[in-house]
Amino acid sequence: MSDLQTPAGAPGAASDDAPSTATAAANASSAGAGGRSFLPKSTLLRHLLVLALCAVLAVLLLEGTERSTNDQISRIAFYAIAAGGLTLLTGLNGQISLGHGALMAVGAYTTALMLDVDGDPLPLAVIFLVAVAVTAVVGAIVGVAAARLHGPYLAGATLALAVGVPGLTLYFSDTLGGEQGINVRAPRAPDWFVEGIEALSGERGQGTKWLAYIAVACLLISYFLLANLMRSRIGRTWRAVRDQEVAAELAGISLGSWRVLAFVVSAAAAGLAGGVLAIVVRLTAPGSFLPVLSLSLLTAIVIGGLGSLFGALLGSVLLVLLPEWARDFGLEVLDMESAQASQAAFVIYGLLLVATMLFAPAGLVGTVRLALLRRRAARAMSRAGGG
Amino acid sequence: MEEFLSLTLGGVVNGSVYAAFALALVLIWRSTRIVNFAQGSMAAATTFIAVAVIDSGQSYWVGLIVALLAGLVMGALIERVIIRPVEGGPELNAVIVTLGLFIAIQGAVALFAGVNQRAFVPPFSNIGYEVREGFTLLSLSPNTIWTVAAVVVTMLLLIALFRFTRLGLAMRASAFGQEVARLLGVRVGRMLTLGWALAAAVGALAGLLIAGDVSFISPTFMDQLIVFGFVAAVLGGLDSPIGAVVGGLLLGLALNYVRGYLDDSLLGMASLVILVIVLLVRPGGLFSTTPARRA
Amino acid sequence: MTRTSRRLVSVLAAATIATTMAACGGDDDSGGGGGGGGGTAEDNEATDPGMTEDSVLIGAHYPLTGPAAPGYSEIPTGVQAYFDFVNANGGVYDRQIEWRYLDDGYNPTNTGQVVNQLVLEDEVFAMMGGLGTATHNAALDLLNSEGVPDLFVASGSSLWDNPEDNPYTFGWQPDYESEGKIIGQYIAENLPDAKVGLFLQDDDFGEDGERGIRQYIDDQIVAAESYTSGNTDLGAQITALQQAGADFVVGFNTPIYTALSQLTALRLNYQPEWFYSNVGSDPQLVGSLLERFSSGAVTGTSLLEGVYTTDYLPTVDEVDNPWVQLFQRVWDESGQEGELTNFRIYGMSQAYTMVQALQAAGRNPTRDDLVAALEQAGGDFEGPALAPFRYSEDRHAGIGGMGVSRIGADGSAEELTGILITDVGDAEIEEYDGEESTPPESGIPDEEAIG
Repeated sequence: MSDLQTPAGAPGAASDDAPSTATAAANASSAGAGGRSFLPKSTLLRHLLVLALCAVLAVLLLEGTERSTNDQISRIAFYAIAAGGLTLLTGLNGQISLGHGALMAVGAYTTALMLDVDGDPLPLAVIFLVAVAVTAVVGAIVGVAAARLHGPYLAGATLALAVGVPGLTLYFSDTLGGEQGINVRAPRAPDWFVEGIEALSGERGQGTKWLAYIAVACLLISYFLLANLMRSRIGRTWRAVRDQEVAAELAGISLGSWRVLAFVVSAAAAGLAGGVLAIVVRLTAPGSFLPVLSLSLLTAIVIGGLGSLFGALLGSVLLVLLPEWARDFGLEVLDMESAQASQAAFVIYGLLLVATMLFAPAGLVGTVRLALLRRRAARAMSRAGGG
Repeated sequence: MEEFLSLTLGGVVNGSVYAAFALALVLIWRSTRIVNFAQGSMAAATTFIAVAVIDSGQSYWVGLIVALLAGLVMGALIERVIIRPVEGGPELNAVIVTLGLFIAIQGAVALFAGVNQRAFVPPFSNIGYEVREGFTLLSLSPNTIWTVAAVVVTMLLLIALFRFTRLGLAMRASAFGQEVARLLGVRVGRMLTLGWALAAAVGALAGLLIAGDVSFISPTFMDQLIVFGFVAAVLGGLDSPIGAVVGGLLLGLALNYVRGYLDDSLLGMASLVILVIVLLVRPGGLFSTTPARRA
Repeated sequence: MTRTSRRLVSVLAAATIATTMAACGGDDDSGGGGGGGGGTAEDNEATDPGMTEDSVLIGAHYPLTGPAAPGYSEIPTGVQAYFDFVNANGGVYDRQIEWRYLDDGYNPTNTGQVVNQLVLEDEVFAMMGGLGTATHNAALDLLNSEGVPDLFVASGSSLWDNPEDNPYTFGWQPDYESEGKIIGQYIAENLPDAKVGLFLQDDDFGEDGERGIRQYIDDQIVAAESYTSGNTDLGAQITALQQAGADFVVGFNTPIYTALSQLTALRLNYQPEWFYSNVGSDPQLVGSLLERFSSGAVTGTSLLEGVYTTDYLPTVDEVDNPWVQLFQRVWDESGQEGELTNFRIYGMSQAYTMVQALQAAGRNPTRDDLVAALEQAGGDFEGPALAPFRYSEDRHAGIGGMGVSRIGADGSAEELTGILITDVGDAEIEEYDGEESTPPESGIPDEEAIG
C-alpha cells in the first residue's frame, strides 16, 4: 500500500503492513493444511468435504437444540454471511467498509418487496438471487467510487452510506414503508420439510426451524463459494493488490477493477445476508439498518480474525451472544434493574472489545493459529536440533 | 431570499459545530493516525461533568474549564493505557478499540447520569436578532456568535501552536516521522499523549458548544455528530485544522440547504454525495498535504 | 442417539399433557364450571407456559438504551410498581405476577431477538405493553403464530387492531387517526379562522394524525412540515411554518420535540398558538426541560401556558384525581428511584388493565382464555382511562376517545370539551355520556371471571 503517501511515519507504515501480518497466519496455516496427506489435494474437493461435514453438523445442531437456539442460529447466520463478505473485502483486499449494513438493507428491502405481492410470490431461491444481484449492482456503483479511496477516506464515505440509506427509506416511504417498515411474509415450511423433520427427530418442523434451515443453508453455500474464491487465482490476485500494489500493477493487473470486483462480491454476500435477515426478522425497517449494524460487522471480523471465514463466523456468534450474556450477567450476578443491566451490558461489551484487541490483536482465530504455528516451529527446531 | 439567508446562516452555525468536532478528530489523526470513534462519547462524558459542575451552582465558565481539564486528563489516560498498545499495530485494531471505548463510555455515562434528556442552557441568549419587523434570523444570536467565534479561535490557536511554537514543531515532527523525531531528541511518546489530551480537550469544547446549540442533552446526544464530524474532517483532508473548519462549514451549509429545500431524511445521503464528489476530485480531501492517489 | 432421545422427550411431553388434561377435566367437574371466580389457592393449576400454580409471567420489550430511551424507559418501572402492589395484596387468584422486560434499543432486529427469548426461552404467558410501531411490528408474526397474547401494544398505530390476521394482538391507547379527527373537529368548530400549520414526525404517528385532522380542516391547513426523529435542528421547519403564516400549529411529535419546537419558535420570535397531541404534551416533562431556559437566557414564565392538548388518562399534575392519588401511593410504596411521572402513570394504567384481564380470564386460564376474556369483557372494563376500550370479538382497538384541554399557568389542564368518542375512518365523533370512574377502595380491580 505504498500509495497511501502518509508522512512516512512509522504509524502509517505500520498500519499498512498490518493487515498482511494479521492475515499471514491465516494464509500460512491453511496452506500448510493443504499439504496434509489425509485431505484431498484439490481445493474444491477439500471444500466440498468440509461443506458436507458442516451440513451434517448443522443438522445435528439444529435438531439437538431448542427453538430459541434455532432462532439465535438464524440470526448468527445472517450476520455471518455479511461478515464473510466483509472479511473478503477488508481482510483479503484491504478495503475498509463501514457501510455494509446499508448493503444488507438493499438486499432486505429487495426481498421484502418481492415477497410483498398479491398472490403467490416467486420461489424464495429466485428472490434471494435477485436480492443478491441488486445488491451486487449497488456494490459495483459504490465500489467504483471506493476503488479510488483509501483508509479513513473510504471509511468516511462508507459510513456516510450507512447513514444515508436508512434515510432513503423514510423519503420514499410510499414504496419502502417509512419508519414502520415492510412486514415480511415469512415463507411457510413446505410439506416435505415438515414430514422430513418428523421422520428425523419425531417432532413437527415448524416455522422457526424452517427459517433456521434456510439461513444455515445460505450460510453454508455462501461460505463454500467465498472459500473457493479466496483460494482461487482471483483470491491470490486480491491479496497481491492488497500487499504488493506496485508489483501487481507491473504484472499487468488493473488495481481498480480488482478492487471493484472485491466490492461486488462482498456486496453480493451482504445482499444475501439482508435477504435472510428479512425473513428471519419478518420485517425490514430503517431501525434495523442503522450505522451501528455496519460497525458491528466490522467488529465481528476483527475480533474473530481478519481474513478468515471461520473468524467471521466466530465473531458473528459473539456478536449475537455477548450482549445477551453481558445483560444476564448484569441482571443475575450484579442484581441490577433491567434498565441498568442494559447499560452495564454496553460497558462490559465495549470493554471486552478493547481487551480482545489489546490481548489478542490478531483476533481469536489469528491468535490461536499464530500460537499453533509457533509451537510447530519450535517443535521443528528442536527436532532439527536433535537430529 | 430570506429563507436562503436564514438557511445559510444556520448552515454556518451547524458547520462550525461539525468543525469543532472535526478539529478534535484531526488532532488525533495527526498524532497517531487513528480515527477516534470514541470522540463523541468522550465529549458527552465531559459535557455531563460540566453539567454536574453547573448544577452545583458554579457558572458556565467554571463548568467549561472543568470540562476542558477533564478532557485533557481523559485523553491522556486513554492514550497511555489503551491506545499505546495498539499504536503501530493493525489499523483496524485501533478502530475496533475506539469503537469499544465508544460503546463502553456511552454505557457508563448512561449508568451514571441516567438516560433521560436534560436541558443545557447556553452561556449567552440564543434568541435570534430581529432583522426587520416580523423577520428574525434564528441563527444570528449572541450564542451562535459565541459558538462560531470559539471554533475559529480554537482553530487559530491550533495553527499558531503548530506553526510558531517549539512544542508544536515537536508534535508535528512526531506525527511526521517518529524515527527521525526520535533521532532529533523529541520524546515521541509524550507528544502522542499530548496530541490525544489536546484533542480530547477540543472535543470537550465541541461537546459544550453542541450542547448549547441543541439545548437538550442525553448520553447519546453526540451520536449524529460522530458521523457528520467525521465526514467534515475527511472532506477537509483529516490532516489540517483549516481543512476541518472549511470541511465543517461546507458540510453544514450543504446539509442545511437540503434540510430547507428537500427533507430531513436526506441528510445522510446528501453528506455521502458531497463526500464522494469532493473525494473523486481530490481523493485526499480538500486540504490534504499528501499527494493525491494515482488513479 | 439424538433421534431416540428426542422421541423420548416427545413421548414424555405427550404423557404430561394427557395427565394435565385429565386433571383439568376433573377440576371442571368439581368446580361446576364456575370458572376461577371462586376457589382457593389449592385449586390453582399450571396451564399454558408461564402460568404456574403460584405465578404468572408477563413479558415486554422497551427501549432502555439509545436515543429512544428517555422517558419511555420509565414506563416499565411504573408497571413494576403496580404489579408489586397487587402482589403484596395477594396477587391475582393467589398468583404473583412476574414482570420481565428486556431492552431492544428501539431496533426491530433486536426486538425480534428479545421477544424470541421471552417467548421461547423464558416462556412468558403473555406480552404486555411492547413499545414502538416498527419494533413491535417485528414481533407481531411470532407472537400470533405462537398464540401468545400480545396485549396493550404501546403505540397508537392502527396496526394492532386486526383480529383477523393477528388474533392475539390488542392495542391500548387511542389511535393517532382518531386523535387527529378529534383535534380537527375542535379546531373547525372553535377556531374556524385559524391558519393551521402541521408539525409532524415523519412516520406513521405523523401520517395517521395528519390523515385524521385533514378530514375536518383540510382547507385551513397552510403548511405541513415534518422532522426526522434524531435531527435536533428544527430551524428550517419552524421558519417554514412562520413564513407560511401559520398562526395555529398542531404538533404530532414526541415530548423532546415539543420542547425543541417551543424553544426554536421562541428564538424566532414566532408566537402562534400551539396544539400538541397527547404523546408530545407531557407538561411535567416538557416543563422541566424548559424550566431552566425560562430562568436563564430565555425569558417568560411557563412556556407551555395556553397550549392545547388532548387527554385520555389523568395526569400527574391532577393531584385531586383519585386515580392519581392511588398511583402516587403505589409509586411511593414501591420504593423505586425517581418521581411519579406521566410515563409511570401510563405504565401503571396498563398494569391495571392487565390485572383486570387476568381476573376476567378466570382462575386457571389458558392463553386463549385471556384473549377471550378481553374480547368479551374488555369493552366494559372501568379504569383510569377516560373513555372505554373498543375491545370485542371483531375489534382489538384500545381506548376510543379523549378530551381536549388547555394547559394553565401551573401546568394543570383545563377541560375544554367532554370526552369525545370516535374511531378510524369516517366514524362520527360523539360525546361520551358515561360516568367518570373512580378506583376501587383497595386500589385493585375486581372483575368477574367470564363464562
